[in-house]
Parts: sequence; C-alpha cells; structure tokens
Amino acid sequence: MKSPKNIALSVLLFCASVVAWEGVVRVFEVPAFILPPPSQVALALWRGFGSGLYLQHLWHTLLETMLGFIAGSTLGLVLGTAVALSRPIEFFLFPYIVMFQSLPKVALAPLIVVWFGLGLTSKVINAALIAFFPLLVNTMVGLRSADEERVSLMRSLAASERQIFWMLRLPNALPFVMAGLDVAMIFALIGAIVAEFVGAQQGLGMLIQSMNFNMDVSGQFSILLILSVLGLLLNRGVTMIRKRVLFWDPSEKERLDQERVSA
Amino acid sequence: MATEAISVQYLSKLYATRDGGVAALDRISFSIEEGEFVAVVGPSGCGKSTLLKILAGLLAPTDGSASLRGTRIQGPRRDIGVVFQAPVLFPWRTVLDNVMLPIDVQGQGRERYLAAARDLLALVGLRDFERRYPWELSGGMQQRVAITRALIHDPAMLLMDEPFGALDAMTREHMNLELQRIWMEKKKTVFFITHSIPEAVFLADRVLVMTPRPGRVVDDLRINLPRPRGLDAMTTPQFGEYTRHIRALFNVKGGLDA
Repeated sequence: MKSPKNIALSVLLFCASVVAWEGVVRVFEVPAFILPPPSQVALALWRGFGSGLYLQHLWHTLLETMLGFIAGSTLGLVLGTAVALSRPIEFFLFPYIVMFQSLPKVALAPLIVVWFGLGLTSKVINAALIAFFPLLVNTMVGLRSADEERVSLMRSLAASERQIFWMLRLPNALPFVMAGLDVAMIFALIGAIVAEFVGAQQGLGMLIQSMNFNMDVSGQFSILLILSVLGLLLNRGVTMIRKRVLFWDPSEKERLDQERVSA
Repeated sequence: MATEAISVQYLSKLYATRDGGVAALDRISFSIEEGEFVAVVGPSGCGKSTLLKILAGLLAPTDGSASLRGTRIQGPRRDIGVVFQAPVLFPWRTVLDNVMLPIDVQGQGRERYLAAARDLLALVGLRDFERRYPWELSGGMQQRVAITRALIHDPAMLLMDEPFGALDAMTREHMNLELQRIWMEKKKTVFFITHSIPEAVFLADRVLVMTPRPGRVVDDLRINLPRPRGLDAMTTPQFGEYTRHIRALFNVKGGLDA
C-alpha cells in the first residue's frame, strides 16, 4: 500500500476534506460556536502555542499521564503476578477484581478529586487506576498461558518452579504484558483528562472545560487536535518498545490484536 | 553380555474414572540394553505415552517400578533427554540458546558445552543456524533442534514420543534416516514411541507391541535387519514380514488404527 502514488493520494484526500470542511462552513454560514472552519482552528492553534499557553498545559497533562501510566502499570504487573502465582491471593482478591473490572472507572474521578484535591495527585491517581486493569488482567492471563508441553519439557529437565517462572512463564507473558501496556498508555491519558474535567487548575482537559464555558469552540477543536496527536505519539512510543522486546515473535501483530484483553 | 540400561518391572498405572478405574498400563515388564534402540508401537490409548511419562519421571506409576542404570526413576532426572511430538522450542531463544536450555536449567557454565553444541548442530545439519530463531526454521529443522537439545547434556537415555508424527511423509522418512545416523554415531539408548509400524521396524533393534484396555506388551520383536538401513530396506521381504506380523497382532486384538 505504501507506494509514492498512494501516499500522494492520501495527502490529496486530506487536503480535499479540509478544503471541503472550510467550504461547507462558509457557504452554509454555520456559526463558529457550532462548527468552526479549519482556518479558525489553525488560528487558535497558532495563538495557543505562540503565547506558550498550550505548551504549559500540555506539559502538565503529559506529566500526569506518564506518572499515572508508570504507577498504574507497575502496580498491575506486580499484582497480576501475585494473583497468577498464588492461589490464596487469587481466591481472596479475584472477586473484588471482577467487581472493579465491570465498574466504569471514570465514574470514580469525582470522588478521587474530592479525596486528593485539585492538584497533580488526583490526576495521577485517576490515570493510574484506569491504566492498572489492562496490565493486571493481561499479566495474569499471560503468566497462566504457558504451553503445557513447554512446562512438561521444563519439568523433564528437573527445573524448579522458580526456573520455570523465569525461563518460561515470564518471557511467555511478555506479548500479553506489552498488549496491556499499549492499552494502558491510552487509558492513562483518558484518566488524566477526565480528572481534569472534574476539577483542576492546569492541563488540557481543564482548558477544554474553560473554553467550553466561553463558547470558544475553535479553541476546543485545537485542543482535541493536540490530544489526538499526543495519543498517537504515546501509542507509537509503546509500539516501538514492544517491537524491540518482542522481536522474536513474528506473528506479534495479529496475536496481540486477538489476545488483547481490554479492561 | 551387554549391560542393562532400563529395567521395567510389573509396572501398572491406573487412572481413576467414575466407574472404578481404567488400567492404562497393566503389569508391564521389559528391559532395554545399553545402546539399544527400542521402539514401542501401538494404537492410540494403549498407554505408550503414559509409559514414556513414567520413564521421564513426569508421572508416578500406581504399582511396580522402572529403573535407569540401576537407580529407580522417582521424578524427573538429569540423565534423561526427552523429545516430544512438537519441537517445543522457546521462540525467544535462538537455536543455540534453545539447545543450551538443559545446561541453563542445570546451572552449568555454557562454555564447557559450547563446542559440544556446535558439534551436535553440525551432526544434525544445522551448523549455520545457531543464531536463527525457531520461526525461521521449517518443522523438520525445529525437530532436529529439539533432538540436539535432548542430547546436549549427554543423557544416559533418549525418550522420544512420536517425534516425527507431525511431519509430512517425505520429511518423516528423511528424519528417520537422520535419526538412525545420529544414533549410530552417538550410541545412545533410545526409547522411541510411534504409531507407525514401518517407522518402528525401520528404526529399532527391538519393537515392543502394545495393545490397549488394559495397556499390555503383547510382543517383543527383535528386528534383524543390517545397518545402516536405507529407505529401500522397507521394500525387502524381511521388512514386510515384520510389519505383517505386528499388524496381525493388532487385528487379533481388534485395535487396528495404524
């Protein structure tokens, strides 16, 4: 698909749709507070970055997202391992995990903001909470999914349980863990933005909220654009790490898509 | 007089079921001499895989005993190499690292075995593949890596559980020749399970014939064909005589599926 001709076609298609959007808004005189033309969105973007306003808030949201991602996925990894390795832990913890799993985690954001205030902490905790589950579930499934024949092989070599864990179960779980990280990255961003909606002094989510009050729709569009680019870049980052870690797994792509457990 | 490598005496294995139990193995006795190639042939459900698992120490017998070089098999032991039906390679390890798995598990230094690993890989025709990953190899090549892995720690005995069952007919014949060559060079005691009668006759010094329900050894047949055997050995009258004899045993028992 990636021939020069197709790439040119794709760029052309993009330009055409932007022009069509601009044209439709102007011809039908759609009010800017309903749908702003792309030119105004571009202007908002230019001003926002020019004044340094966007960069400051972007940095804040990025920090919350990354801290939440690291905290949440580390916790998910550790707890997922504990649940996978210990039957008692699984027995006592699993009902709560299932219960929590079915709860839309964003609904917790107001509570968390009440508990942890308007600052950075509540955002990081909310992001971590949402990022936590894909890691927990995928680590659990990954560690448990070691092929029976491979376990038999290790046993026949008189390997200890510890050796089976380090030499077989852990590397075997890596594709699952990486798929979990993929999801957790985007989830962390959602968690941070939602917590900013609820109550914050800084961040892109808070900026959207205040623009909404001021009917600054082109401003909101410009932030949405930034968020989608941010999401894309974060996702790309994880994908790059994944490709490096899972170099041995040629069917990596298809398998991840099939086995991805979304929380 | 050759020494005894494996001694199996009155070995029984019962699996519990709702209506009592089913005897996967019923008082089986046989012995294998040092360096001997013994094939076990039988239809599915005759307990041959159970027998291999007991010899590998992965399963405990209900009754009786199995010994290797005079010591009783009571669990997995490091002087046994096992080859399963699937290659069971670890995809994150290179060919060489896969071969080294037993050494890593035993916590021994790899340096001492590096030369041996390279020799073995050359022996199975994979000299230039040590840095490749399993997915880069064909099924037959993967199974050769598995055989190399089973030999690296110089085990007293090689257990093979239908190792070529998943390969296509052409590759399978080729692998039979390869295995004969490796065996003639290494002089290991081999315990080889298969449900193919010609494969058993072609490879083995002795064929143990098993029938199911209860799992029993009904014949212990010595194959007197000169070595090395080529594929054309399969068309000799003698070869046909052996396979006919074994097939007749299954027909009598009504358990034909091979």
